Amino acid sequence: MSDVNAEISAVDHITNDQALLQIKDLHVWYELKRFGFGHAGYVRAVDNVRFVLEQGEAIACVGESGCGKSSLMKTILGLNIPTKGDVIFDNTSLSQTKGEDLRRYRSKIGYIQQDPFGALPPFMNVQSILEEPMIINGIKDKQERRRRIEKILEEVKLTPIEQVLPKFPHMLSGGQQQRVVIARAMIMEPKLLVADEPVSMLDASVRVEILRLLRKLQEEHHLAVLYITHDLSTVRYFSEYIFVMYAGQIVEFARMEDLLDNPKHPYTLALLEASSDPNADNALVQREIPKGEPPSLVNPPKGCRFHPRCPYMMEGICDVLEPPNIEVTPKHLVACWLYDEEKGHAI
Amino acid sequence: MEQQNELVLKVRNLRLYFNTHSGPVQAVDGVDFDLRKNEATVIIGESGCGKSSLAKAILRLLPRNAGTYDGEVWLHDKNIMKLDDESFRKEIRWKRISMVPQAAMNALNPVLKIGTQVAEPAMVHMNMNEEEATKAAVRMLEHVGVPVDFLHRYSFELSGGMRQRSALAMALVTLPDVVILDEPTSALDVLTQASIMNLMKRMKKELETSFILITHDIATSSELADNVAVMYAGQVVEVSDARRFFTKPLHPYSHALMASVPRLRETIEPEFITGQPPSLLNPPTGCRFKDRCPKRFEKCDEEPPTVLVDGDRKVKCWLYV
Ligand SMILES: Nc1ncnc2c1ncn2[C@@H]1O[C@H](COP(=O)(O)OP(=O)(O)O)[C@@H](O)[C@H]1O
Ligand SMILES: Nc1ncnc2c1ncn2[C@@H]1O[C@H](COP(=O)(O)OP(=O)(O)O)[C@@H](O)[C@H]1O
Ligand code: SF4
Ligand SMILES: [Mg+2]
Ligand SMILES: [Mg+2]
Repeated sequence: MSDVNAEISAVDHITNDQALLQIKDLHVWYELKRFGFGHAGYVRAVDNVRFVLEQGEAIACVGESGCGKSSLMKTILGLNIPTKGDVIFDNTSLSQTKGEDLRRYRSKIGYIQQDPFGALPPFMNVQSILEEPMIINGIKDKQERRRRIEKILEEVKLTPIEQVLPKFPHMLSGGQQQRVVIARAMIMEPKLLVADEPVSMLDASVRVEILRLLRKLQEEHHLAVLYITHDLSTVRYFSEYIFVMYAGQIVEFARMEDLLDNPKHPYTLALLEASSDPNADNALVQREIPKGEPPSLVNPPKGCRFHPRCPYMMEGICDVLEPPNIEVTPKHLVACWLYDEEKGHAI
Repeated sequence: MEQQNELVLKVRNLRLYFNTHSGPVQAVDGVDFDLRKNEATVIIGESGCGKSSLAKAILRLLPRNAGTYDGEVWLHDKNIMKLDDESFRKEIRWKRISMVPQAAMNALNPVLKIGTQVAEPAMVHMNMNEEEATKAAVRMLEHVGVPVDFLHRYSFELSGGMRQRSALAMALVTLPDVVILDEPTSALDVLTQASIMNLMKRMKKELETSFILITHDIATSSELADNVAVMYAGQVVEVSDARRFFTKPLHPYSHALMASVPRLRETIEPEFITGQPPSLLNPPTGCRFKDRCPKRFEKCDEEPPTVLVDGDRKVKCWLYV
């Protein structure tokens, strides 16, 4: 009985028709063109990814550069077209949406970039930066625009407002610039925030402040948040759920504490082994790091994509068959043969 | 007291200011620290506190607008600040002290093969002929884990990790006494970062080289540190051995910095530091951290002295006087 419930609850978190955001068997492939030869294959940046995100929940997406995080995010934002599969957001199917509807779809998602300075137009002051999305989205009432600007600047603690509004991006510190980016992402009162490495360019001292601000906005506005990062140490303070991506696929999905305290996938284990807390003992040890580098996404390895680097690789299985999503405990899924009842062995 | 390794580099009261329209920027303002053989001293601090400028000051790589530049840099028993530019260039830079500059992996020459680039410093600074230099380059590339057949590749054909290893090989090929690493892993992924750290730990033991590691990342700094110097607004506010520093930092800024690090294996909530570092154009008189310091008291309006605590730890703070 309990097993059945567990099954349902896990499946719940990769498929659920009621959820605000549903990523359904999503494939995002980029076509490679070679001059004179035409089609030369695909970069399979996102390859059969599925998960759901409920209103008011935060989920972290962790993985190294090139694993497909930005491609996934851009698709959710409606900037990439799904090659296969779909994104359902707020009851709208992305693959069915065009033109004016697509604009409306996008206006309900706030986007926070990695590099705040690069994200802000250098010749616009804070006032124009915040007004622009409202003008584009047809908020004609000047007073309403003013009201929203005041409210959001108050919330992101960019005060006194009158002093902030005329400032240009270069006049602000990195932390303040990121607050402007967050304010702009919030100005259309979105239901979902997508934050792509929002603090990786900031100093540790400011990083925590920005993460807390995001958490506060998330709770107060009951927002759904997709937090993309390569840094596992920041997720503990941020999200309910977390998934790890490798070479275009999700390899592990769990509640945040489960994943950090009880990691299962060999790749997740490697990421954790490689991330350190400040400690003088660190200098005395050589860390066990898998050899090699992530594979090309044009011709990803057969079977498990991690198998050429995996210290636990089982020949004849991992290098041949793609691992299924195995539920190790309720709501904890791992795509690795080690956890298969017949083929696997514990590590 | 336990036997300490031989002193390699001793920096005393080093200053480097930059002239600007608005006045001098006091980027390095009276910095002291030591480096011993087969050890690493890490310089930690937030961006803009003067870390890269300190590296430039040690290597005398001065921009055009450099102003005040003085102090002592002792390499073994020689104060190299006293050398004229010509001798410094010939005898010190690359040969005795070299650097992997910030973002070096993106600064490799795109039209030269990796092997040629790594061999070049050996030819220019060690008077080796091409054959000798190539041999030295091959040896060093092997040492840092770049496959030999990469010798004939161009930098754009290499991954970030391999490019960073090549940059490291370039700095090491002259077998210098000291290598300065300016944010060597900041742009790299966690696994690559960790394997480069593994490599540097090995080099520190195997080669006759000592490292100055500059970073804003406190967790990473602990991967290599034997000693720690904390920089704030152009000054070093604490110097300590790594063991005592990471268990019990002394300076209130060091405390705050340590508390701001999100932890993976502990559930303590990180704390941010309120306010912002001061401008280096007109730094406040007295302690430069005072406006952000939770322990501030009357004394802090005067310049704090650097005092010895627990024997040989140094801290620039009135609380310890
Ligand atoms: N527009 C594009 N055309 C072709 N390949 C792309 C494009 N965008 C990204 N890629 C490739 O897709 C893969 C995933 O990239 P990306 O989604 O940016 O990963 P991440 O954000 O995790 O670093 C990489 O191999 C990248 O080079
Ligand atoms: N050539 C220069 N002219 C004027 N100011 C400079 C110059 N180089 C660096 N600075 C300033 O000196 C301070 C310290 O910079 P830097 O040494 O690069 O810090 P860090 O490496 O710790 O980030 C900063 O305020 C920076 O803007
Ligand atoms: S499926 Fe096999 S190769 Fe892949 S992670 Fe698991 S054990 Fe390693
Ligand atoms: Mg990205
Ligand atoms: Mg720097």
